[in-house]
Amino acid sequence: MSKKVKLETVDNVTIRFAGDSGDGMQLSGGRFTQTSAIMGNDLSTLPDFPAEIRAPAGSLAGVSSFQIHFSSQEIHTPGESPDVLVAMNPAALKVHLKDLIPGGTLIVNKNAFTTKNLKLAGYESDPTEDGSLEDYYSAHFIEMSKLVTRASEGIDLSPKLIDRTKNLCALGVLFWIYDRPLEPTIDWLNKKFKSKPDIIDANVKALHAGYNYGDTAEIFTTKYIVNKAKLPAGKYRNINGTLATCLGLLTAVEKSKLSLTFAGYPITPASNILHTLANWKRFGVKTYQAEDEMAGIGAALGASYGGSLGVTASSGPGIALKGEFLGLAVITELPLVVINVQRGGPSTGLPTKTEQSDLFQAVYGRNGEAPMPVIAASTPGDCYYTAYEACKMAVKYMTPVMMLSDGYLANGSEPWIIPNPDDLGDFDVEFVKENLTDEKYLPYKRNEKTLARGWAIPGTKGLEHRIGGIEKQDVTGDVNYDSDNHEKMVQIRAQKVANIANELPPTEVFGEKKGDLLILSWGSTHGTCKSATESLLSENLKVAHVSIRWISPLPNDLKDILSNYKKVLMPEINTGQFRQMIRAEFLVDAIGLNEVQGKPLGASTIVAKAKEIINER
Amino acid sequence: MSDKPLLKKADFQSDQAIRWCPGCGDYAILAQTQKTFPEITEHKENTVFISGIGCSSRFPYYMNTYGFHTIHGRAPTIACGLKMANPDLSVWLVTGDGDGLSIGGNHMIHLLRRNFDINIMLFNNRIYGLTKGQYSPTSEQGKVTYSTPMGSLDYPFKPTKLALGSEASFVAKTIDKELKHLQAMIKRANDHKGTSFIEIYQNCNIFNDGAFARLTDRDTKEEQLIRLEHGQPLIFGVEKDKGIYLDGTTPKVVKIGKDYSIDDIVVHDEEDRFIGDMLANFTESKEFPEAVGVLYCKERPTYDSLMSAQMEESQKGSKSSKGLDELLNAGDTWEVK
Repeated sequence: MSKKVKLETVDNVTIRFAGDSGDGMQLSGGRFTQTSAIMGNDLSTLPDFPAEIRAPAGSLAGVSSFQIHFSSQEIHTPGESPDVLVAMNPAALKVHLKDLIPGGTLIVNKNAFTTKNLKLAGYESDPTEDGSLEDYYSAHFIEMSKLVTRASEGIDLSPKLIDRTKNLCALGVLFWIYDRPLEPTIDWLNKKFKSKPDIIDANVKALHAGYNYGDTAEIFTTKYIVNKAKLPAGKYRNINGTLATCLGLLTAVEKSKLSLTFAGYPITPASNILHTLANWKRFGVKTYQAEDEMAGIGAALGASYGGSLGVTASSGPGIALKGEFLGLAVITELPLVVINVQRGGPSTGLPTKTEQSDLFQAVYGRNGEAPMPVIAASTPGDCYYTAYEACKMAVKYMTPVMMLSDGYLANGSEPWIIPNPDDLGDFDVEFVKENLTDEKYLPYKRNEKTLARGWAIPGTKGLEHRIGGIEKQDVTGDVNYDSDNHEKMVQIRAQKVANIANELPPTEVFGEKKGDLLILSWGSTHGTCKSATESLLSENLKVAHVSIRWISPLPNDLKDILSNYKKVLMPEINTGQFRQMIRAEFLVDAIGLNEVQGKPLGASTIVAKAKEIINER
Repeated sequence: MSDKPLLKKADFQSDQAIRWCPGCGDYAILAQTQKTFPEITEHKENTVFISGIGCSSRFPYYMNTYGFHTIHGRAPTIACGLKMANPDLSVWLVTGDGDGLSIGGNHMIHLLRRNFDINIMLFNNRIYGLTKGQYSPTSEQGKVTYSTPMGSLDYPFKPTKLALGSEASFVAKTIDKELKHLQAMIKRANDHKGTSFIEIYQNCNIFNDGAFARLTDRDTKEEQLIRLEHGQPLIFGVEKDKGIYLDGTTPKVVKIGKDYSIDDIVVHDEEDRFIGDMLANFTESKEFPEAVGVLYCKERPTYDSLMSAQMEESQKGSKSSKGLDELLNAGDTWEVK
């Protein structure tokens, strides 16, 4: 080493990579994540990209970012204010600088600060020249474009392609600062660009150029060590919510011996489920890109009618279009799994941003009395278990089930203990057997315990029957408009959904079993609420956190749990939808903490609010 | 199949009371279907009727097969999903001009281009019956209905043209009152591998009585109808003395005799798209007779067979028992002790 470098150990670091959409920030972030995962850190990530595929280069609208929070301790959120900001151009600096902690490390690609780019970002003077940054941050202006051009001299690639390797250069600098190995990234590049040796060469050189710059330039004097986290024992991988969801679906059909038919229509941020499953034909997974959202759910329901497990996925606006079909699935009592990867609404809203505002839509968004089970995933890895459970309940109770995920869960990632499907218990499915007698088959005869009707699939002798959207007579399934029968059927359908609660495990309470404040969350705010609770507990406050998984039906023990706390705080990324449900259901005067900004909540906000409530007394 | 059907018409009749208006054309279509089915299948458990919403869509309740009465316009989507789940089923879709061409128009065109092996019976009565008499996408322009007291402004579809424009592989037309012809078309649709589209002119005696009178009245129909037969010249008329002659690419009705002989008349070729398009264009035309029968029929691979082929292809050489485990453990993994 050519200079004196101090080594400092830290517990927690949050880095945000930001640049133009074409700058490869998702890739840099992804590689940093993978390397940190292999090093045994706990971590959580938050990608954020613009809705436009290629917004004008250099514009504020075109900024894409990726945040990673990694730690030597257990963490549950992608972090709030970054300790390090990588800004690949003026627009990225403009958009993200306000979040960087005071005194934080700022790493900038100096070569992108051209007159044109500065103007596009709305800078009147060059912040890398006018001294406006150095007083507040540890700012490093690195000529990355120049570094990669020099490093790749002699490689037969266009200057444009060589310039695109600057994201690896930035990554190299960070690998140096946080003392991470380059090999996993080099191995990955070798695999990814197998047939393009020049591209591999240029990228590897750029990575080294960044790393060596850290090593030799006099500007960095400290390397930071983030040790392994003490995580539960097991075999780990890094996983995002989309992949976890798909693996959950596949596990469900592998265990139940059903076939999976997935039908959907492209929509952000749900499309990746279709893309992933489309590659799994070898596992018997059939995928279908339908002509519209209705056709997606219709084909899935048709497949379920035929004895396959029909699954569809969409996001808010698409779920709205599917609404009428959900009602049909409810009344015909066929299994169906509908995944809603929520995004900012209403209407097209914020297609690439996260939100929890489809809760009402999921629970109530149908005509008539159409109750339907709703389950919400709490972390990217939890999407696996949620998807699996949604499938299981759909089949067991012969009902559509909605799984709520969101943009943050779908794209965010975390280290994940690779599950053993055998640990998930049995998932047996039995179709109604052929009937060789002259007796008429009774399609609405029910299982006494679950109230589910039989799954009688076309092609089975002696079970010919008709189902449909018109009200049916109990037991016989004949068309029936009788008022008493209708009311009875409404009640049976509701009771059937309610019965699911009877087989749910006791609700997990994290923290004090009785106390001043219960933080009650659902879905992806789980991590933030848990972090906030940990912090409050460390100050000896009498608090607890409960994360609700089944929104419909709600767990049977929730009423008692709520009664153990003086106050209930409900943080949500909406204006208080779950809070309304809880207030209505339990007459509890729950207090809301609501932000609708298209991004996850911050733990510090929850901590502050919790203290305010506790101290109010 | 043996010569003598195993099943009888009665085997396809369900025990449900039929609730169409007395005199409705739907009765005839149902009866011909129940009559024809013993001839086309020995396994009623493999037959599924799927419908949307509308008068015609009550059809599945009256067939003693599997049946699914779905929601307005969406029957094709359920049918496609069912066919993906089990390609061996014989799937029949019953729809109407409102259900299939208005609210469900999008699904209809996509089903036709994809060419799933599904049979469509589109009952066209050129009116909304179940909602009590509004104009439909096949009603003539200027139609006075409850929703159009000064006459409708909409220009109508010609369903067979729409089907051909959607790349249908089988397009036929028939009439509720033409019982034998109707039966023949059902059989032809059943034989066709791919999406079969049968438009059935059906009289709604309550809201649009006589919409097809010129094609069904004994006195006029022979002058107004061409009954299509593959390989036969396009002739019509009580005396069979009129035919379709092509002047370049322009069809003309000519009298066979002095100026034109039978050899001048276009010979029907079901596989010829040009002829199919021409015949579809005759729909509701003052100049030309209405063509009933198979306008166009040319097989091409079905969606379900292509899908099955891809599934088989993907499973070649894969060790599927290790599959899930392999996926769960894919990518970089590490142990925490």
